[in-house]
Amino acid sequence: MSEEITRWGIAETRRRLVKKDVTVVEVIEAYLKRIEALNKKINAFITICGDSALREAKFYTEHPEKLVEKPLGGIPIAVKDCLCTEGVRTTCGSKILESFVPPYNATVVEKLLQAGAILIGKTNMDEFAMGSSTEHSYFGPTRNPWDISRVPGGSSGGSAAATAASFCPGAIGTDTGGSIRQPAAFCGVVGMKPTYGRVSRYGLIAFASSLDQAGPMARNVQDTALLLQVISGYDPKDTTSILKEVPSYCEEMKKPLKNLRLGVPKEYFAVKGMDSSIEEVIRNALKVFESLGARIVDISLPHTEYGVAAYYIIAPAEASSNLARYDGVKYGFRATSSNQDLISMYSETRFQGFGAEVKRRIMLGTYVLSAGYYEAYYRKASQVRNLIRKDFEDAFLTCDAIIAPVTPILPFLIGEKLEDPLSMYLSDIYTLPASLAGIPGITVPSGFSPDGLPIGMQILGNYFQEDLILRLAYAFEQASGISGRYPAI
Amino acid sequence: MKLSKITQEEVKHIAKLARLKLSAEEEERMVYQLNDILLYMEKLNELDTSNVEPMHHAVEQVNVMREDKPKPSLMREKALANAPEQNGVFFVVPKVI
Repeated sequence: MSEEITRWGIAETRRRLVKKDVTVVEVIEAYLKRIEALNKKINAFITICGDSALREAKFYTEHPEKLVEKPLGGIPIAVKDCLCTEGVRTTCGSKILESFVPPYNATVVEKLLQAGAILIGKTNMDEFAMGSSTEHSYFGPTRNPWDISRVPGGSSGGSAAATAASFCPGAIGTDTGGSIRQPAAFCGVVGMKPTYGRVSRYGLIAFASSLDQAGPMARNVQDTALLLQVISGYDPKDTTSILKEVPSYCEEMKKPLKNLRLGVPKEYFAVKGMDSSIEEVIRNALKVFESLGARIVDISLPHTEYGVAAYYIIAPAEASSNLARYDGVKYGFRATSSNQDLISMYSETRFQGFGAEVKRRIMLGTYVLSAGYYEAYYRKASQVRNLIRKDFEDAFLTCDAIIAPVTPILPFLIGEKLEDPLSMYLSDIYTLPASLAGIPGITVPSGFSPDGLPIGMQILGNYFQEDLILRLAYAFEQASGISGRYPAI
Repeated sequence: MKLSKITQEEVKHIAKLARLKLSAEEEERMVYQLNDILLYMEKLNELDTSNVEPMHHAVEQVNVMREDKPKPSLMREKALANAPEQNGVFFVVPKVI
C-alpha cells in the first residue's frame, strides 16, 4: 500500500483523500518511509521536514473539513532550497547560507501552504542555482534516479529527482536559464517555467533578477497545472510580477488542438553533437501532434546560436551584484581569522563560503560590468537579448507555439563536465533563448534513449500562454501514453 | 597559442573589486577558464547591433509605486537572529576606525 500511495500523483491523491480511501497521515508516512529508505542513494534533499509534515498531517485528522476546501490539502510538496521557508533553513546549496533560517516565507511557499500543501523537504540544487547538473552543491551531488551514475540536470536537480523518485508527487523549482526544464528532461518529469512575472519572486533568493522565475514540476501535466494554478498571480511584494488574470489551467488544458500551428525552429535541429535519439523522439512527437489535428510549420529563430554568449554575460553580471550581499555581516557564514579588518573579513568569508562555480560567475560578472568592458560585453549582450526576443516575436506571427528539444545531450556522467565549464554552458543552448525573452516553456517526457534514459520535449509559448502550452503538453501526454514509467531505484 | 583576453593581473584586480580572495591555484585556473569563456563571447561581435536597443527586462514596467504609508516591518530580534555576530541591538563587525 505504502509504495502504491507514492505513485498516485497530486490529482489522484486528492481524489482518494476526499473519498476517505486514505488519510493524510498515511500519505505523509508513505512518502517519509520512501525518502528514508532511498534518499541516501539519490541525495535529492538538503533538509527533510519529517516532524513538521507529520504534525500538519495530524491537523487534518482533527479538521477533516479543511481537507476538502483546500485545493492541495494534504499533498506533500518539495521546495527548492532557494525559496525562503519560515523557520526551515534555506541554504541555496551553499556553505555561506548553511545555517540561514528565514524569518518569512517566499510568496510561492505561502501560497502552497495556504492551499493546504505540506512541506515535505527542501531540495538540493547547484549553489545559488548556478549550474546544469546539481554537482555544484555544497551538500554533494544529486543522482539521477534513472541511472545513479548520471546527473539529474540542474540547477533544480533535487526537485526533479525527488519527483521522479516518488519522494513527492510534485515540487517547486526555479528556472533562470533552463533550471526547471533541463532537469525535468533529464529525470523524465514535467516542468514548467512560467512567463517572467507570472509567479512572484518575493522570497526567491536572487541569482539573476531579470531572468529568475519559479515554477512547478510533477509527474504528469495535470498535476503541473494544479501547482501552477496555486503559485501564479500578482504579488504586491514583487514589483516585477504582473497584474493579469490567471486562467483556469486545468480546464483550458483539456481543449482540443485542432488547427493549432506548431513551429519547428530549424536552428534547434542543426546543432553539432546533438544526440540522434533526441532528434528522433522530437520528430515522433511532431507526428503525434499532427495526428491530433495540429499543423507543423517550419520557423527560424536566427539568433539562437548567440543565446549562450548573451546569457553567460547577463546572468553572471546580475549575479555578481546580487551576491554582493553575502559579506558575513547580516546573515550566513562569517570566516574567523586573526587578520580582521573589515575588507579582509569580507574577502575571507566569500573565499571560504562560495564554491568554484559561484566564484567563477562572480568574477565573470564583475569583469563584464567593470570600467572599460561594460559596453563591449554587458551592453552588447543586452542588445543581443533584444534580438533573441524579436526572433520569438516574429516566429509567433506564423505559429501558436514552438516545439523543440530541451537539450542536445542525454544526462551525462557525474564528474564528466565538471572541469570544463564552457562545455556545460553550451549544453543550455535550447533553454536559454526562452529565458532571455521571458516567454513560458514546458518540458514534457517524450521518450527514452536506447539505454533507457529519459528524453523530454520543450514546448514554448508566447507571453502568458501557459494555458496553451499546458494544453499541448496534456494532449501529447494523453495521446502518447508516455507517462507511467518509474525508475527502478 | 590562443588569444589572451584576461591576464593574471586583471584577475587579481577583478577579485579585489568583487571582495573575493582566491587561492593561488584558484587564481591560475580562473585565468584560463575565464579566458576560454571570454573568447567564446567574441561570437557576439559577429552581430551588428548598432541600431538595437538593449533589453533589460522581459516585461517592461516603469515606476511601480506603493502607497506611502508606514507599515510594521521585521522585528529587530528576528532581523538579527541570523547574524554571525550581534549584540542585541546592532550587527557587529571588525573595527573600522
